[in-house]
Amino acid sequence: MSDFENKPGVPENGAFFPRDLEMHPPAFYPDYKTSVLRSPKHARLSLNNTISEMTGPVFGHNMLGELDNDLIHNFAEAGQSAIGERIIVYGKVLDERGVGVPGALLEVWQANAGGRYRHKKEGYIAPLDPNFGGCGRVITDEQGNYRFRTVKPGPYPWPNRVNDWRPSHIHFSIFGHAFAQRLITQMYFEGDPLIWTCPIVATIPDKRDIERLVAPLDMANTIPMDARAYKFDIVLRGRRSTYFENRREGN
Amino acid sequence: MVQPLNLLKETPSQTAGPYVHIGLTANYAEIKGIYPEDIGAVMLTDKTKGERIKITGRVIDGAGTPLRDPVIEIWQADANGLYNSPEEKRGKADENFLGFGRCACDLETGVYSFETIKPGAVPFIDGRMMAPHITFWVVARGINLGLHTRMYFGDEEEANASDPMLSRIEQQVRMPTLIAERKGDTYHFDIHLQGDKETIFFDI
Ligand SMILES: [Fe+3]
Repeated sequence: MSDFENKPGVPENGAFFPRDLEMHPPAFYPDYKTSVLRSPKHARLSLNNTISEMTGPVFGHNMLGELDNDLIHNFAEAGQSAIGERIIVYGKVLDERGVGVPGALLEVWQANAGGRYRHKKEGYIAPLDPNFGGCGRVITDEQGNYRFRTVKPGPYPWPNRVNDWRPSHIHFSIFGHAFAQRLITQMYFEGDPLIWTCPIVATIPDKRDIERLVAPLDMANTIPMDARAYKFDIVLRGRRSTYFENRREGN
Repeated sequence: MVQPLNLLKETPSQTAGPYVHIGLTANYAEIKGIYPEDIGAVMLTDKTKGERIKITGRVIDGAGTPLRDPVIEIWQADANGLYNSPEEKRGKADENFLGFGRCACDLETGVYSFETIKPGAVPFIDGRMMAPHITFWVVARGINLGLHTRMYFGDEEEANASDPMLSRIEQQVRMPTLIAERKGDTYHFDIHLQGDKETIFFDI
């Protein structure tokens, strides 16, 4: 893989590898009923990357508050903490070449330990936790690593078919270095039987790709008497390197 | 057998869901005190160079109903056509303009709006200039993979007519879905997910 490494001086301005639309969920998936009227019917128009997609906003570590990566405390009253199973979620953001992505902004959101979101449109009877807001953010380090602390979210029922329940999950929004890499996904937890009954999970066609969203319990990174750890690596689109300049179209 | 290529696969997308506001626009979702402000909520300062404009519209489903839960992000060049990104090698962009905006559609009306500046033109891959445009990205419940599109400016007829990307669209009848109409300082840009006016979305 060393040929692909992001060496200083090698411009990272090649186009991104095309997105594998067969791997991602299709727009139209009737078991997830909301997708029916919200799925474009035309094929997406394929377009070579231009500078408009190969660039993107970069967010500096200085925007982060001290508790941004600590959902147990970032909304809690002084001296209080969120209720629930204390966990650490950590991992690495890589691109498809296996290169760590430094400076990636991850924004995460989730239900509380009882499966309830702090949101106006939320109707589940489980109680709010006064000390839990449900959002956090972190920026990857030089190697692409990140970690945050939270409580394990509870599963929750949702109006779709008569008795659909979401497995425990954390939503992730990721900014890499380019708008072409923009991605929103969800992390699930090893061993949760609800993963295999959920129509949102099932929008992903291949079981092996679903498994890439399931974070294993990692006892090696667990803090004894404090918090268990779950590992979740994220892969963003990779790009061609430009050791040899492409012949420019039209020249 | 041959040697493996060792390429990884991109992480699969999942819908942003109905509670996307908690993660992306926490203050708008009335979760106060965690972040001082929502990123992308304010794009301009007094010092930003360029013509002030407003962009507004709705995201409309296949039944003609405006969605009330999407979050829209935009990404654009500065007034001189430079992106505020480390990837920008042509010069230094306006330091008072990031070029990134994020807006939740109104929970009652579905209307979104951005106050920004009109971007300058940027080059296509072959060096020809593209007409000024803004990159849009739409996520919501029921959208399984974020939707990329572009907004072009209705008062840039000449530039639009020679835009290398617009002219590549085979179904020219759909091209107007990418063009925002100007009224005063406001551009109206509705995004249609389905139907006769379905917006062109890009696989970029
Ligand atoms: Fe959720």
